[in-house]
Amino acid sequence: MTLAHEMEEAAHVAHELRVKRDQRARMGRLLKHLFLISVSIVMLYPLLWLLASSLKPENDIFGSLTLWPTEFQWHNYVDGWHGLPVSFTTFYINSTIVTVLSVIGNLISCSFAAYAFARLQFTGRTFLFGLMMMTLMIPYHVVLIPQYVQFLRLGWVDTYLPLVVPRFLASDAFFIFLMVQFFRQLPRELDEAAMIDGCSPFKIYWAIILPLSLPALGTAAIFSLIWTWEDFLAPLIYLNDIKSYTVPLALRLFLDQEGQSSYGQMFAMSVLSLVPVVIAFIMFQKLIVRGIATSGMK
Amino acid sequence: MRRFIARNAPAYAFLTPWLLGFFLLALGPILASLYLSFTRYDMVNAPRWVGLANYEYMFTRDRRFWKALNVTFTYVALAVPARLIMALGVAMLLDKGLRTIGLYRAIFYLPSLLGASIAIAILWRQLFAADGVVNAVLGYFGIQGAAWITNPDTSLYTLVVLAMWQFGSPMLIFLAGLRGIPKDLYEAAEIDGTPKWRQFTRITLPLLAPVIFFNLVLQTIEAFKTFSSAFIISNGTGAPADSLLFYTVYLFNEAFKFFRMGYASALAWVLLIIIAIFTAISFLTSKYWVHYENERD
Repeated sequence: MTLAHEMEEAAHVAHELRVKRDQRARMGRLLKHLFLISVSIVMLYPLLWLLASSLKPENDIFGSLTLWPTEFQWHNYVDGWHGLPVSFTTFYINSTIVTVLSVIGNLISCSFAAYAFARLQFTGRTFLFGLMMMTLMIPYHVVLIPQYVQFLRLGWVDTYLPLVVPRFLASDAFFIFLMVQFFRQLPRELDEAAMIDGCSPFKIYWAIILPLSLPALGTAAIFSLIWTWEDFLAPLIYLNDIKSYTVPLALRLFLDQEGQSSYGQMFAMSVLSLVPVVIAFIMFQKLIVRGIATSGMK
Repeated sequence: MRRFIARNAPAYAFLTPWLLGFFLLALGPILASLYLSFTRYDMVNAPRWVGLANYEYMFTRDRRFWKALNVTFTYVALAVPARLIMALGVAMLLDKGLRTIGLYRAIFYLPSLLGASIAIAILWRQLFAADGVVNAVLGYFGIQGAAWITNPDTSLYTLVVLAMWQFGSPMLIFLAGLRGIPKDLYEAAEIDGTPKWRQFTRITLPLLAPVIFFNLVLQTIEAFKTFSSAFIISNGTGAPADSLLFYTVYLFNEAFKFFRMGYASALAWVLLIIIAIFTAISFLTSKYWVHYENERD
């Protein structure tokens, strides 16, 4: 056997080994995908079932695994929209008012506080920052009762003030924390240069820090939007008049009507209630994922 | 003096909304809640000082308080580990060499984002109803399902399953943590012929410990505060047979249904103390089981 021949043989064996390894890797990847796809189906099935049930005739909904409706009942959406004494137009307007104001409030007040904590020197900074971090731990239920008593005395029950005013007072310390983390990374030289040029702290905040912090502001805005839209406890406590109800409270009314064959309508309105969250999710998926991974929200 | 003011004025101007909020919405109410917890208060008559009577009643005679604690602790003990194990498992599958990771990540995260919605709680009631989808699936395999929601023996587990379904956010945090582990550690272990599970216990777990710890504390606090889904699924009462009497549901009913504001305040303080103790224990013990990368021992 010549040397060349031996080398050729060896190369051949090495090639075979590589092919085998690649095959095994490809096999592994395939299995992994198959597994992940089945998990995905389990994850999505309940949501698809909800969507499907919103279009099904009543007797089609229960005990059936099939998603495709025997007959499409588009009128569930129309009937559901008007299925309560007050139409969902009102509920959506209410939810939108509360959500928009809450997002604005959170953005302004939390970015103010975060700017002070992250970029300004002042007496008592460490102490106040510690206090702010401590408020992150406190369960809402502890402040709930005195707040309720207070807002009741102010005559704010059955208005949106108890839901919105706290947002303008930076009550979601979580967003302050998120923004502080972001603001701190920005180079110090920016402020210093601006300061030498005679910029006021507000000018620096407005013209330098905020424009550079759009990812952090965006993350805070989206989470603020989603959490306010989904919030159930605070509206449940503060809103008594059905005309002032937000969408989640309205959905609960369907539960009380159970048995009046309104399942299709209830599911239809449930689907619609998720639409804003899903749209926000699809549009800002990257931002949401980054916001979560770096900060550890919900 | 003037310089002191000039130096601090801008910062305090920026802090004004937060400071107002801190005193009016956090510190004030917390102290008020502590005071109210020593009173009997029905919102109509002025609070009447009763000393420790609320706490005494709670710990010695209130069966529902113990039931609520039991339900909540059981839920925390089951739901948090279940969710974290799901999250870590899936994160590890997604971590290595997948080009479609973005899509999976999105699909797995979506339920977490929707999880707090009332719509999902309503959906869950129907999925686990006697004639619901879950039983239809079980029937397919010839298993006779239970009336999951209305049977007190099983109702709590439907909420544990709901918690598992929402493993998305700890998963994303785990993914970020896994990215931080140097890949050459695994390559070296591979060359040494270290089996996979050993790589997991010797490399992944120790290096991920701070992230696991972070997720554990966060998820536990979240789990203690579970409200909306429990409230909706139990019809707002903790039914059936108080098996869904989550602590927060009990507190809500005492305060806003029966207007026992003093007693509810005492309940709130006990919740605060439970969460504080839990957080303190996790932080105090963390040095024994959490090793940060830049530490040498």
